[in-house]
Amino acid sequence: MTLLELRDLNVTYAGDVPAVRGVDLSVAPGQVLGIAGESGCGKSTITNAVLRLLPRSAKVGGQVLLDGEDVYGMSFGRLRAVRWAEASIVFQGALHSLNAVQRIGRQIAEPILLHSKATRKEADRRVGELLEQVGLPARRARDYPHQLSGGQRQRVMVALALACGPRLLIADEPTTALDVMVQAQVLALLSSLVRDLGLSMVLISHDLSVLGSTCDRVAVMYAGRVVEQGPATAVFDDPRHPYSAALAGAFPRIGDERFRYSPRGLPGDPPFPGDLPGGCEFHPRCPVALDKCATTEVALAELGDGRTSACLRATEPNLDLRGAR
Amino acid sequence: MSETSRGAGVALGAHGLHVRFGTARAVDGVELEIGSGEIVALVGESGCGKTTLARSLLGLVRPAEGSVMHGDHPLSYARGALKEFRRHVQLVLQDPTGSLNPRHTVYEAVAEGLRIHGISGDEETRVSEALAKAGLRPPERFFLRYPHELSGGQRQRVVIAGALVLEPDVLVADEPVSSLDASVRGEILALLLKLRAELGLSVLVVTHDLGLAWNIADRVAVMYLGRIVETGPTAEVLLAPRHPYTKALLSVVPEINKLEPVVLVGETPDPSRIPAGCRFRPRCPAYAAVLPKEVAARCETEPPAVLPADRGHHAACHLTEA
Repeated sequence: MTLLELRDLNVTYAGDVPAVRGVDLSVAPGQVLGIAGESGCGKSTITNAVLRLLPRSAKVGGQVLLDGEDVYGMSFGRLRAVRWAEASIVFQGALHSLNAVQRIGRQIAEPILLHSKATRKEADRRVGELLEQVGLPARRARDYPHQLSGGQRQRVMVALALACGPRLLIADEPTTALDVMVQAQVLALLSSLVRDLGLSMVLISHDLSVLGSTCDRVAVMYAGRVVEQGPATAVFDDPRHPYSAALAGAFPRIGDERFRYSPRGLPGDPPFPGDLPGGCEFHPRCPVALDKCATTEVALAELGDGRTSACLRATEPNLDLRGAR
Repeated sequence: MSETSRGAGVALGAHGLHVRFGTARAVDGVELEIGSGEIVALVGESGCGKTTLARSLLGLVRPAEGSVMHGDHPLSYARGALKEFRRHVQLVLQDPTGSLNPRHTVYEAVAEGLRIHGISGDEETRVSEALAKAGLRPPERFFLRYPHELSGGQRQRVVIAGALVLEPDVLVADEPVSSLDASVRGEILALLLKLRAELGLSVLVVTHDLGLAWNIADRVAVMYLGRIVETGPTAEVLLAPRHPYTKALLSVVPEINKLEPVVLVGETPDPSRIPAGCRFRPRCPAYAAVLPKEVAARCETEPPAVLPADRGHHAACHLTEA
């Protein structure tokens, strides 16, 4: 049984901008799925599509199944119940997502009061428990956001997402803009919550090394599509799509001589979703593109061992994409 | 390329540098030298003083004690001298979106430095050369573009061109790629290496990203609470770290199949209340583990000495001396 399943998800924004194109993903209970990609690749659109938070003008095709139930077939009341109690989102940018003029305890208590029949007192007790669960003393409930550091605010965001006891947590760039040490603290917290509470998680990041060390499986997205999927360590160590290889190389392994005085990047920029190149979308930036890549649409193909890749050269045995220049 | 044989001369340096904001000792005794043609990475967490140190090296903050050296001369804070100094030592800011005026064209953004410094002569040629050096080719095509018409990587190149137009000998780059897309970062870092190779530029890169240091830096200086706690050639510091803080930082770089991460509790403490003895002691995993009594006593009472600015590998830790 899967907890979350996306079936051929398509999202098109106003002006015929296809942000997500035919994405199939699934998350089993207790599993952590990473979604990697950079700005404009559609990863945040997926976050919002799961809980129907997209603007009205966005056209959604395909299905989002949460515990087998189609999110897009739910009544508004049902959706409202699902939003905090079944699945919740840890948004990026904790500073801007919290209300600056309300004590954090009040902010965490709000969904609890709205979603359960808890009294104010019960809600306050629950807030204290939640804060301790994310590694903050319960008395910090009386603090305002500005009294907390960046890492502490991110912990508050996690407590908020846990408020109604969801089974699925979607964390959208939860560690962007945090220091390495604080990033490690937040990632350790998320991993321990997954373990201790049996949560499932979708972790979204542009940093493949973060996903590689935290997730069970990783899907790499480019221009609205999944271009590679597989076990997290395999995708990071032995990428089978040149774009995954470039993402992995952007955050090099310290000590790997191939990257010493040799930073790896791709020429050009990610394409604008409204103006995609033909053939394989990645071919204009691809270091190993062949002539036919400009004209051939490449679908995700099975590689065995639970891996898929949308690259014509994925199965070439001696193509060392991780080391490619 | 050898890491130790590079450039004999010193392009920019800090000697006995202290910067205070009220009671906060943001920079608390720093010795640092950037050799000519050398790339030095200054790494540390937010609040460690790395940006303040960089700003004082740019002459933007006056030190309470100590001096900034440009070549062989101490920096003078007289207006004319400071303006002249800033031609030679240029800042590249993080977040190119925030550091470019949205209503200025690329040409105006790059030419601004020339106008401020009253550099006459062929402005258009200078702007065009600077853009080309920063990898925006053909430069004329970018003259009339506005920042919003450019991608993140192109905007960062415009910011770099704005620094290069004054033909500086040192660039101070504060988190030059942290706001860029992952696939674009490498190209900007490669540009810094290219500028060093072709123009002999010295670069001080301020960053919290140790992978970036591995990518481009000759030497690394690790800063904690206003002091440099470890310094040395990049490969030595990153592959054989001596200070417990450097070890902890390296252990949390997300990687797979590696050692158990040492996640320090808390965040960098308040620089107005620097702990007595070794400033890292309250968070030090080595101190918390069983230490010989004599060493522990030194950690509690005796601040480790300020590290020298030379190019050797040093750590400000009583444990490594013992």
